[in-house]
Amino acid sequence: MRSETSLFGGALAMIAAATAVLVVLPYVQLHDVKPPAGLHPYTSAQLRGRQEYIRQGCTYCHSQQPRDRAQAPDFQRGWGRASVAADYFYDSPHLLGTMRTGPDLFNIGARQPSLDWNLGHLYQPRAFVPGSIMPSFPYLFEVKIKPEPGDRVVTLPPSFAPKHGVVVAGPAALDLVSYLLSLDHTYPLTVSETGP
Amino acid sequence: MNPVVILLPAFLIALVALAVFIWSMHRGVFGHDSAGARVIFTAHEVGHTEEPAAPSASRAALQSLVNATTGPGEPLDDDELLRRVHADRSSATVTFVFLSCAIGWLILGSFAGLTASIKLHYPDWLAGYEWLTFGRIRTIHLNAVSYGWASMAAFGLAMWMLPRLLKTPLQGRRFALLGAVLWNAGLIAGIGSLAAGMAGGLEWLEIPWQVGLLLVAGGALIGIPLLLTLARRTVDHLYVSVWYVSAALFWFPILYFVAKVPGVHFGVEQATMNWWYGHNVLGYFFTPLAQASIYYFLPKVLGRPIQSYGLSLLGFWTQAFFYGQVGGHHLIGGPVPTWLVTLSIVQSIMMIVPVVAFATNYAATLKGYWGTLLYSPTLRFIALGSIMYVLVSLQGSVEALRSVNTVTHFTHFTIAHAHLGMYAFVTITFFGSIYFVMPRVVEREWPYPRLITAHFWLVVIGMLVYIVALCIGGWLQGLAMLDAARPFMDSVKVTIPWLEARSVGGALMTAGHLVFAAHFLAMVAALGPERSRPALFGLGPEMDHA
Repeated sequence: MRSETSLFGGALAMIAAATAVLVVLPYVQLHDVKPPAGLHPYTSAQLRGRQEYIRQGCTYCHSQQPRDRAQAPDFQRGWGRASVAADYFYDSPHLLGTMRTGPDLFNIGARQPSLDWNLGHLYQPRAFVPGSIMPSFPYLFEVKIKPEPGDRVVTLPPSFAPKHGVVVAGPAALDLVSYLLSLDHTYPLTVSETGP
Repeated sequence: MNPVVILLPAFLIALVALAVFIWSMHRGVFGHDSAGARVIFTAHEVGHTEEPAAPSASRAALQSLVNATTGPGEPLDDDELLRRVHADRSSATVTFVFLSCAIGWLILGSFAGLTASIKLHYPDWLAGYEWLTFGRIRTIHLNAVSYGWASMAAFGLAMWMLPRLLKTPLQGRRFALLGAVLWNAGLIAGIGSLAAGMAGGLEWLEIPWQVGLLLVAGGALIGIPLLLTLARRTVDHLYVSVWYVSAALFWFPILYFVAKVPGVHFGVEQATMNWWYGHNVLGYFFTPLAQASIYYFLPKVLGRPIQSYGLSLLGFWTQAFFYGQVGGHHLIGGPVPTWLVTLSIVQSIMMIVPVVAFATNYAATLKGYWGTLLYSPTLRFIALGSIMYVLVSLQGSVEALRSVNTVTHFTHFTIAHAHLGMYAFVTITFFGSIYFVMPRVVEREWPYPRLITAHFWLVVIGMLVYIVALCIGGWLQGLAMLDAARPFMDSVKVTIPWLEARSVGGALMTAGHLVFAAHFLAMVAALGPERSRPALFGLGPEMDHA
């Protein structure tokens, strides 16, 4: 039994060390982080939109973590200042992302605040960004012969618009865009908010 | 918190480990051929090759090649061989169930991956199907190949190796079978949830936690036969493969449970937890299980103990220590505490210690025996997989350097790295192991040896195209993104030809998998030329001394 004891004991010690430094210490260190004064909680429409962002897997191509100016030209690209832990106070689950197949979205609401543009871009990205490889999301929209009262009609370049009728944004598309427009972390930070 | 408080001990431990390593090399502690390395052989078996995957002519050629270097072996002990046959039979059903499911998931996962890959250069292809959108089918691919294919192949191989390593029949088979049922149920429900858009949002942890409980329970049940069989072992020494298997089966439920427990993790802490899990599911689960296979099958086919047994144990412990703490390198430049990123970079570099230990051992064991790769399908796959382990680890260490990471982070280079690890190392190693194991499981030889060759070249060429193309494409993408003078779209356009090449590589790999699955089915259904000879099962021509 001596071998088994040292094996499982050692294995436990190793995973404990790893968990301590990568989970427990960050937990302790970040537990008391307060939200910056300029950051607002999500509205319920924005939260639904955030869920839609997860449902469509946006996070696999878009990060939400601009890097520092000293490291990369993220700021020059209009993606915003380097983010800090406090910026994510209301984010659950986190959506930091690991890929930039598309641009960083942490400040897309400030960079591209047009509802029309965002809806049209979700319907057909290539209508707005030639060469884009982003998926189109036609199933979040509806093509109608005539819009009904209260419908949000999507404005598209003529070559991308349907031959007959109009494209109307579905509720999920509207929620998703309201989440995207809420992504605005351009507020200034105090020294204490910059944090660890 | 003062970062020095955390970093200093880490540095000290790392330095001490390095010192022990150098000292032990100097003192020759890990000398030639210690007794532990011989545990996997019966009395007088050293010098006798074992390669059930090869046709008899190749087996004879393999044996004569080994004879030429080692000298002919002594006669074998029939009783011990008979006990091994019993050990093999005890695990046959369990292993068969796991490997069959694994191959099913491999096929599903391959097509999901290929679909995702094609969509990156034909973005409007099948765009009307929500469940096929890139963000979902890519996630289905990851979950199907990692939790379906790789996990279940690893479980099947572990269950098969344990009775041989512990020299006793597999105990508690019902638990393993129940575990297989729960694991598959969890995966079917989990992948269905992903297709329907019910994803948890965290990479590697997308399966909803309510469903994930099935994976925790299944994983824990699969651990029970390990404990029961350990309790009945007839060997004094636990061979290094047992260490890897035991630790991996012990670590996985802990990792998954801590990661999935709801309501605990928040904001940036959740991100560090995410990469603690995301990297440790590799370092604490897939890597050790694949290494267990390498440390068993490589010496077993050659009939030659691992060159430096102590080095393999040192590799085990240094890897367990350093690998566990590297996850933070996924967040370099992110909004996480600086000390954490620095620590992870340091440990990523320290991973060179276990990797060099492994590589030295591997090269020394195969030295003078490279010709055996001509005759042994198992060795061809496993030798290649081992080289890829060394490559992916060294690439990972370099990639963690801040200067390199600044270019490669957020690009397809990372995807290439992931496939160098999970495919070129883990999957290739499992292919080789399955070729060895299946003839023992179904007591029949592989019916069409040429299909093994076809499988090998399809997946090897496919993966080389895949990995090389994405490394280049990812690097160019990173450079374009770092150049503020170039518009962002340049970083997209520059990748297109490489993404197309990746689809070609992926299609070749998928074709290889179809060949493999068809061959597997033919073997199970006893189709093809009658090649089974009772002599194979314990008393093959290589052991035909009577």
